[in-house]
Amino acid sequence: MTALAIRERAEEALLPPLVALLIALVAGDLLILSVGQSPASVFALMLQGTWGNAYGFGQVLYKTTTLICTGLCVSVGLRAGLFNIGGEGQLAAGGFAAALVGLALPATTPSLIAVALCVLAAIAAGGVAGWVPGVLRARFGAHEVITTIMLNFITLAALNWAISTRLRVPETLHTRDVHAGALARLSELVPAFHGSAANVSLLIALAAAALTGWYLFRTRGGYDLRAVGLQPEAAEYGGVRVGSVWIRALTMSGALAGLGGINFVLGYKHYYEDGFATGYGFLGIAVALVGRNHPGGVVLASLFFATLSQGGLAINAVVPRQMVDVLQGVVIIAVAASVPEVRRVLRIGRRRSAEA
Amino acid sequence: MSDGAEPLAARLSGIFKSYGAVPANRGASLDVAAGEIHALVGENGAGKSTLMRMLAGLFPPDAGRIEVNGRDVTGWSTADAIRAGVSMVHQHFMLIPTLTVAENVILGREPMRGLSLDMAKALIEVRTVAEESGFRVNVHERVRDLSVGEAQRVEILKALFRGARILILDEPTAVLSPPEVQELWRVLRSLRESGGTIVLITHKLDEVMAVSDHVTVMRHGETVATMLTTETTPAAIARAMVGRDVDLVMVSSARRAPPLPSRPSPPLPAAEGASRRRPTATASLTPLLVQSLTVKGPRRERRVTDVSLSIAPGEILGIAGVEGNGQTELVEAIAGLRAVASGRIALGDRDITTLDVRRRAALGLAHIPEDRQRRGLVLDYSVADNLILGRQASFAHRPAGRLDRRRILANARDCLARFDIRPADPALPARALSGGNQQKVIIAREMGGDFSVLLASQPTRGVDVGAVEFIHAQLRAARDAGKAILLVSAELAEILALADRVAVMYRGRIVGLMPRDEASVETIGPLMTGAQDAAAVPA
Repeated sequence: MTALAIRERAEEALLPPLVALLIALVAGDLLILSVGQSPASVFALMLQGTWGNAYGFGQVLYKTTTLICTGLCVSVGLRAGLFNIGGEGQLAAGGFAAALVGLALPATTPSLIAVALCVLAAIAAGGVAGWVPGVLRARFGAHEVITTIMLNFITLAALNWAISTRLRVPETLHTRDVHAGALARLSELVPAFHGSAANVSLLIALAAAALTGWYLFRTRGGYDLRAVGLQPEAAEYGGVRVGSVWIRALTMSGALAGLGGINFVLGYKHYYEDGFATGYGFLGIAVALVGRNHPGGVVLASLFFATLSQGGLAINAVVPRQMVDVLQGVVIIAVAASVPEVRRVLRIGRRRSAEA
Repeated sequence: MSDGAEPLAARLSGIFKSYGAVPANRGASLDVAAGEIHALVGENGAGKSTLMRMLAGLFPPDAGRIEVNGRDVTGWSTADAIRAGVSMVHQHFMLIPTLTVAENVILGREPMRGLSLDMAKALIEVRTVAEESGFRVNVHERVRDLSVGEAQRVEILKALFRGARILILDEPTAVLSPPEVQELWRVLRSLRESGGTIVLITHKLDEVMAVSDHVTVMRHGETVATMLTTETTPAAIARAMVGRDVDLVMVSSARRAPPLPSRPSPPLPAAEGASRRRPTATASLTPLLVQSLTVKGPRRERRVTDVSLSIAPGEILGIAGVEGNGQTELVEAIAGLRAVASGRIALGDRDITTLDVRRRAALGLAHIPEDRQRRGLVLDYSVADNLILGRQASFAHRPAGRLDRRRILANARDCLARFDIRPADPALPARALSGGNQQKVIIAREMGGDFSVLLASQPTRGVDVGAVEFIHAQLRAARDAGKAILLVSAELAEILALADRVAVMYRGRIVGLMPRDEASVETIGPLMTGAQDAAAVPA
């Protein structure tokens, strides 16, 4: 492929999110003006509360970690042509399993082994939660959008029941503290992060993103998976068992979301708490959308949405916190709308320059 | 147009249109006189359909001007076009199967009495239009019970009911049997008699010669020539289509082709001495054997009924038939893409009836699928990645399945060179290639490696004339190298040009099987329409 073609591809991949960002910025300005504040000072405040100090940035990184996992979850599903909306339940299941294993292990377990077991438990629980809709789709033709939504309810209700009746510390909705399998905070490596929730789960999530990218684009499994997502009939013709790929993709998708559970359970609070996953599953859809289902894009989009989310806390005193939720919505809608439009404009521009 | 005296029904000038980065029209211009049948011909991808869709208002041109009856209508909508009497009949019908003919025809223009539908008036109006234009169709019949030819007449009727005076037909004969084609010509001529204007998009030169008054040739998005049909020849048109001389045996009509077309020696790769081997009846092992095969559709209806056939090494068995008579299902069942209800399929000495696609391919079964854009290629994958589809396992390292990019690229460069695929860029997405080159990618993949049996389904559909020659040469070369080939084609001319034996499928059965010497339009045509709906003839 020529250098020009590569440049054109890069433009088409990067420009739509940037245009969407610009639109969101303008919408944000209008919102801020409407509550009688100065946009510049509010955005400055937002930046100061997120990237402007180590604690704020640590919190951003903490949120980024979970979003990378749920974003990868949605991306892997979409690459196989499946819309996994069950990220939240799968995330919760992963966190719960990590906590259970952590509680079951004696406190004397060597930490490396304990961490490995807890992480594997999180991956396995998320994987099972994804495998179920995969099988339902492949064997019975049940649409994954329906089944993953419903499994969200089932998983979250079952976990809520388990916590509230069996496992909780009285007067709370969380388990006892998990001592085995705790992950180090980033502040232990970089003292400036002191007090923030960021922990080495971030590195695990980044490794998961790298591994996902390698799998999708460098292996035969990924070749088959993407072929199924793009053109199932062609994949079938190419000897790919479409049903098996669906099951495999949703299992991997669920496992990635499940992995995200360690961020809260092993890295931050060291217990499982009901509701820790709230919102992350759905924000994962936005991350995948803005990140164009590419692991690298997912990491960047996670950072962006985490910044927005943390920034909302920082500006709470000046403008309503809900403004950030509106902005999130604007970004997502703008990305969805701008991808085809920006491409169209790019191509018209290219033809003009080619004719000139 | 040669003389500017006639009033123009439509004039398109300097039309540019691109789909994404791919230009479809590059300064195309077309004048259509009122009351004529104007053929628009060109290779697939030449931009014929694109140009006409803009005339019908489906989308605006990027640049250029469209006039209808002298009025500038550039960039109008389909609703505007229909109001002005411009209507397009697409390759894929836009009818509602569960409604009757009359209900389909009046859809969107229902005669009303107050707030309710005036069905009595509707029936009268539909019958009137049908009679005026010489249609034979039962207005009470449900569309799902119609044959393809009848459904197409309903589409035309619908356009006329809406007051169409300029009718655009996009490859209307692709789905018709020879008698149905004749019926269509009769209808079009009668429309012309009553003052209608018709643009006929086609790539079949015999159709151009049979019905058109003028012919305009498109090549690479440009209109390169407009000729008076009576003053030109198929050879001249073909030359304009590809910009050079072509072997007309494959592109001219069955009717015009000599009864036993001479076989030009394959000009291209793997052309071993063109000495043609007759299939040997004594071959010890039949490469492909199908016994009493029955295949059912999604609603348990029979699509293929009790089909038996065998192909010898070095033989091409052609399956003729109007599309939709079970050919697709037969080929997909043999390829492993469709479950078999009963019967047996054997590849050499192996029973493959229950094997999956990959195992069948590994045993030497190659398959050129009829729908290359849906089945044959992953359009967003690079050419290199498409060239390993079906063999991706052998390009991956164990145990993790890491793809060997170096070998994939080497394989691609080899295929691109050997099969002259253009542009020769392995990283380009398959989507960016022309129809002919897309098909070459599939041919390279399926025929470039080792195989003993080839299923070739509509191998030259919608590819340009040059690619047709190339593909036919490839098929002949494979036959001469001892491969067994099952050729399914809706083009009788293609079957007659290539096959050693000809089978005819009708309603899921093989209703006729004959050696090439006995096959002709006269013997096969009636079988295709079920005129001799006899029991299946064992192969």
